[in-house]
Amino acid sequence: MSRLAVRKTYKLFVGGAFVRSESGRYDTHHGFHVPRGSRKDVRDAVRAARGAAGPWAARTAYNRGQILYRAAEALESRAAEIGAPADEVEASIDTFVHYAGWTDKLQPVLGGINPVAAPFLSFSLPEPTGVVGVVAPEAPALLGLVAELAPSIAAGNAAVAIVSESRPLPGLDLAEVLGVSDVPGGVVNLLSGRRGELAPALAGHHDLNAVVDASGDPPLGAEIDRLAAESVTRVRHASPTTSYTDAVADPLSRLEAVTELKTAWHPVGA
Amino acid sequence: MTTPQTRTGIVWEYAPAPESSAHVRLRGSYGLFIGGEFRDPLDGTRVATVNPATEEPIAEVAFAGPADLRAAVEAARAAQPGWAGLPALDRGKYLFRIARLIQERARELAVVESMDGGKPVRESRDVDIPLAAAHFFHYAGWADKLSYGVGGREVAPLGVAAQIVPWNFPLLMAAWKLAPALACGNTAVLKPAETTPLTALLLAEICQEAELPEGVMAIVPGDGRTGAALVREPGIDKVAFTGSTAVGKDIQAALAGRAVPLTLELGGKSANVVFEDAALDQAVEGIVNGIFFNQGHVCCAGSRLLIQESVAEQVIAKLWARMGRLRVGDPLDKNTDVGAINSREQLERIEELVSAGEGEGAVRRSVACELPERGYWFAPTLFTEVAPAHRIAVEEIFGPVVSVLTFRTQAEAIQKANASPYGLAAGVWTDKGAKAFEVASALQAGVVWQNTYNRFDPSAAFGGYKESGFGREGGPAGLRPYLRVS
Repeated sequence: MSRLAVRKTYKLFVGGAFVRSESGRYDTHHGFHVPRGSRKDVRDAVRAARGAAGPWAARTAYNRGQILYRAAEALESRAAEIGAPADEVEASIDTFVHYAGWTDKLQPVLGGINPVAAPFLSFSLPEPTGVVGVVAPEAPALLGLVAELAPSIAAGNAAVAIVSESRPLPGLDLAEVLGVSDVPGGVVNLLSGRRGELAPALAGHHDLNAVVDASGDPPLGAEIDRLAAESVTRVRHASPTTSYTDAVADPLSRLEAVTELKTAWHPVGA
Repeated sequence: MTTPQTRTGIVWEYAPAPESSAHVRLRGSYGLFIGGEFRDPLDGTRVATVNPATEEPIAEVAFAGPADLRAAVEAARAAQPGWAGLPALDRGKYLFRIARLIQERARELAVVESMDGGKPVRESRDVDIPLAAAHFFHYAGWADKLSYGVGGREVAPLGVAAQIVPWNFPLLMAAWKLAPALACGNTAVLKPAETTPLTALLLAEICQEAELPEGVMAIVPGDGRTGAALVREPGIDKVAFTGSTAVGKDIQAALAGRAVPLTLELGGKSANVVFEDAALDQAVEGIVNGIFFNQGHVCCAGSRLLIQESVAEQVIAKLWARMGRLRVGDPLDKNTDVGAINSREQLERIEELVSAGEGEGAVRRSVACELPERGYWFAPTLFTEVAPAHRIAVEEIFGPVVSVLTFRTQAEAIQKANASPYGLAAGVWTDKGAKAFEVASALQAGVVWQNTYNRFDPSAAFGGYKESGFGREGGPAGLRPYLRVS
């Protein structure tokens, strides 16, 4: 007699918990009910991210690097369970490995001691901007998401990402990987649903520090720009990342878009 | 004239020490600087620029109209390939020339800056003009080393940069914008502020003296409408703006969907945090420098003074005594500490916020100094009994007005300092090194001054967190906003 399968319930990933949309709505993909997130889910996710951002940034760069690397390990071991092509999963794993290595390189590459013409120790250091909103492309659903998520959290930010609307399963599968890979709850939040509903709610949220728009959708991009202007939110537009080479082509620009440079001055001598 | 009394009881009288303006060579009228020459406006107007200390006109200046802006952008566009195509060392050499000419004409520039804007000539002479020259000198040297400044990436200029600067540091802000833009191979159209166009026009003359290729730099004075039109010009490839957060948001929205890179350096309500273990006399000097430098017309002014409760009374007493010794008056007097308010409009804004502060229940103390009869003046002012929600604790006053709040613990200080939509600068005063660095790292601000305030250098990045803007000016980070990288 064949065994009765245990079916999977797809959920949103908010604050480290797997939750249904507060709206109770769903869409159907590949025979699964997938939560159709709401604007309230976006607000809940941003609140969870804000709570997680400070402690995540306060961890050592070494620790954050190990946690990103752990995410790569977890994704490698579950590669077969992710609803994405094997080469895309591999590129996503390598992208996590690449950005895991950036956590303790960002500071020496983007910062330094300023040779000021006065008796002061002046230095500039990159710091995470805080909470980053990510609008993932429709395809590739996994790599397109990971290529924006990995630099955001490597730089020390917490992220709220809207996964592919037409192919939400790989993004939600990633939540299960991150859930077992030491990434603290709230550092990554993943929402599925209608992009046209969620992306404006995210970009217009006044407690968001930066948006990475990889939708490749110019009218949506312009709307994101307008909403971001309400609270001087930083915006980076990117075309969908389709290969590992793309994901690491200009890593510094991806990292710069989600960091702030802080300059400190301290007197030397009297 | 005030006769301030020191704590030792000695009375120091200050004889007037006016800086001569005899060596200043100003024309009666200035055109728009487009394509390397001063031109009559096509559809602009002519406006008198006024000395805020006397309300007398200094010179007539052309304000650009829409056709003028188009002509400036076209001239900059035409000049850009040639400028970017020069040997990089030569681009640098032009900027070195400009730096040298600013140094040579420093005295004249300082006097004009103080006449046009009202700031004490001591500050124009010792801060604005030398730093402007230093900025050109610093970025001149970057012109042939750009890749090293951006982590070894391949670089290319963006094209034509539209740049809008404020009235508080007219020449210095122009230098902050122009030097990196030009070093990176862009050409620039710069709009100086409505009330302070003169030193930018003198800089245009300096460009002629330096034989900067025609069209590389355009100077198009105007008001807010001119700036709004400039950022909407279709031919621009980059916008850099320094000014208020409200206008910054308008510009960011205006560029929506246009893929024009933007840097914004906006307002602030910076916290200056004094701990009980600080060297208090030194801190008081820093507080004074933090808020009364340039009449408080400073985006990073330490306008929210957070004092630890245990020393609050003592610090306020010392500060108030020190404020009584500030010399307010003629900007051209070399003894002056606090000059004229930049414009009638700004004076009205300061007065409106100060009366709101009184209305909301804060306690106001203004120094009882004699103020000149003509011109725009505001006496240095201290508010105590300020609640965090009062408008004077939240909104940028941009004047010589400091709001005092208190705190008990380090955690409370950090929480209060960060409880603002702004995040431009902050000060930390403590003699404990470990604490200074810990607090500095927790403050959400682009610049943190530890046991000092209002320090600037071309090699040190400057710019804001949150609604104080994005992008940096100064140092290698200041190159990135003007380059396409790959």
